[in-house]
Amino acid sequence: MLSVLKNRFEQGYRTCNYPKETPAVFPRYRGRPDINKDADHSVIQACADACPQDAIDVEKKRIDMGRCVFCGTCERVSGGAFVTFTDDFEISTAQRADLLTDGTLPDLARHSKQHFKKLFGRSLQLRQVSAGGCNACEADLNVLATPFFDLARFGINFVASPRHADAIVVTGPVSRNMKTALLQTYEAVPEPRVVIAVGSCPITGGPFYGSPKIAPGLESILPVDLFIPGCPPHPLTNLHGLLRFFK
Amino acid sequence: MKTFIPISNGGPMLRADIPHLPFDTFRTQALDIVKNGGKVVHFFAYEDSGILKFLMVLRTHELVVAGCDAPETYLSLTSECDPFHLFEREMAEQYGIRPQGHPWLKMVRYHKNIRNKPDVFNNDYTQDIPGAYDYYRVDGDDIHEVAVGPVHAGVIEPGHFRFNCIGERVLHLEIQLGYQHRGVETLLQQVTPKRLPILTENMAGDTTIGHGLCMAQAVEALASVAVDDGAKIIRTIALELERLANHIGDLGALCMDVAFLPPANYFGRIRGDFLNLSLLLCGNRFGKGLVRPGGVRFDLNDEVRKTLTDRIVELKPQVEHVLDLIFSASTVRARFEGCGRVSRDDAGHLGLVGPAGRASGLAYDVRRWFPTEWYGYLKVPENPKPSGDVYARALVRKDEVLQSLEMIQSLIDRPVTTRVVEGRMPTLPPDSLCVTLNEAWRGEVSHALLTDDTGHILRYKVKDPSFHNWNGLAMALRDTGISDFPLNNKSFNLSYCGFDL
Repeated sequence: MLSVLKNRFEQGYRTCNYPKETPAVFPRYRGRPDINKDADHSVIQACADACPQDAIDVEKKRIDMGRCVFCGTCERVSGGAFVTFTDDFEISTAQRADLLTDGTLPDLARHSKQHFKKLFGRSLQLRQVSAGGCNACEADLNVLATPFFDLARFGINFVASPRHADAIVVTGPVSRNMKTALLQTYEAVPEPRVVIAVGSCPITGGPFYGSPKIAPGLESILPVDLFIPGCPPHPLTNLHGLLRFFK
Repeated sequence: MKTFIPISNGGPMLRADIPHLPFDTFRTQALDIVKNGGKVVHFFAYEDSGILKFLMVLRTHELVVAGCDAPETYLSLTSECDPFHLFEREMAEQYGIRPQGHPWLKMVRYHKNIRNKPDVFNNDYTQDIPGAYDYYRVDGDDIHEVAVGPVHAGVIEPGHFRFNCIGERVLHLEIQLGYQHRGVETLLQQVTPKRLPILTENMAGDTTIGHGLCMAQAVEALASVAVDDGAKIIRTIALELERLANHIGDLGALCMDVAFLPPANYFGRIRGDFLNLSLLLCGNRFGKGLVRPGGVRFDLNDEVRKTLTDRIVELKPQVEHVLDLIFSASTVRARFEGCGRVSRDDAGHLGLVGPAGRASGLAYDVRRWFPTEWYGYLKVPENPKPSGDVYARALVRKDEVLQSLEMIQSLIDRPVTTRVVEGRMPTLPPDSLCVTLNEAWRGEVSHALLTDDTGHILRYKVKDPSFHNWNGLAMALRDTGISDFPLNNKSFNLSYCGFDL
């Protein structure tokens, strides 16, 4: 018993003060890409050629954050002349089209559906479905329950049954073998229900794009309300998405 | 007479130098090696100019390789020797070849074979559900079945578990996976080379460094790309950070499953601190984007090294104290000890690797036996535990946590310099083979890369340690209370996506 108390004392209070204060992330973190629109065409082309995810639109000078895995190759190739990844982790959107970014993003709170805020703003129960996920997105959703992020203080919880849920949180590129289970889980959630796509996989197939064994994006199967990009999204990105969209 | 010949871990060789045996000789020799204690690292098929071939890599005190032409039907090796069982099922599914006399010829991942041959399992793939399968049944009035998954109660990956129980006692657990199948091996053979690092990093995201290293080492060996010492040290640190984060997370989760909540919460948080150290190093909490052929994309400059050192100095006593808290609690010991025992014999037959194998007394550790990167210069202790229960699996993790911390500290106590690489993929030589092994946190990860006569990838075979270990979990549940399933499951914590590919 004594060692339990001693440990408790040593651990101290660890919960971050987000969203009131923004916790610092280490400098090498790659968040929202900043784009230099005046970059030379050849530089942008070189970035596009090197991009393993083919996420760069050379003509429109945009990056598709739904395809991007934030590997930073384009920043390296252009020496920062076209793209620099900032420490801004607040990158979720309510529309797929908004992820095709020129470096700016609309305010998520103003684009979310207002009746969702009214219904779920004070209590939101989530059912997570991993549909081909690599366990990175799942891990960084799980971590929201740990003391540092403490998701429950916002009235948001992950629940065991879709019957208890208001929303499903989908990770993974929706493998063909998970499609039926995903649809059944969705149908088991009472209406009105929300669909949240976490990670580049459910948005575009992520690293597995082009595989015949996955869906070409969750949107081809279900209506998606909230897009949280990343590979995986930082837990703070998940937290921001949930808070700004529903609160 | 031609026989299996030794190869080195990460050593390139010409495909022409792989001993090509008559099938019967191949079969006899393989059985002989494995019956005498050898282990199967790879046993897979590939098509070479329209001819289907087998390739096998076995492990004794060294790695040995041989190949042969693959017959459409053949006398199963599993019928005489257990460790081949899943490899033969996988080949039957991937290529439509039939191992005669296989004792449990069942689909692995539920997909059509790539040669459009008649399906070995008589599956109708127009149906979506891999669960459409006759599960093993125990008959009797008092027997009941429990079906769990694919969608589980927690935030975890999908898989189906079918328990046959009498009362609380599990007589048999059958695990059916395949729900996560994304066609990774086929993709690896088809995509442009620039996608290779991203795909290998994401086939199992909690083993990003393990799989990333296997790919990078194979490409480096084949293309004769040199890696400097600094990069090797950074890669070793990254692999140990991955081990730390996962072991610590699992030890916390084990406490959660026995309702000892303080350490569950502490380790939940501390796990995140270790993930953040990977972020400190390369900008991603799982190490994605760090390892590339030729070295690493991020250096360990003095500023990063100082932060890393300070954080480890701060975290180490916290970790030690929480470990003490867990392992000195009699309530924890009471739940862990004797629960879900896998005997050394069974572990050997199943071919268990990694901490799960070590917990059943199999000392094998790639870092000691076939060291890569900087491990040749490090003291990696042996961690075998005799008891094979949840307690042993937790104890192995505990030992490895403390050892990893020491390894990292010894590696960062002096400056590390490396020339960072951009990560461009070199061209590969024609008609070559390379097999790489690394000890990831779950155990032996191995990739085998074969090129064709133009230097394109002919076959990319991936083996996650979970491929060996899932049957260990099924075995642990025999005669165990079904309420202890979560505890046993977490003590293995196997990969669904790494298995399903």
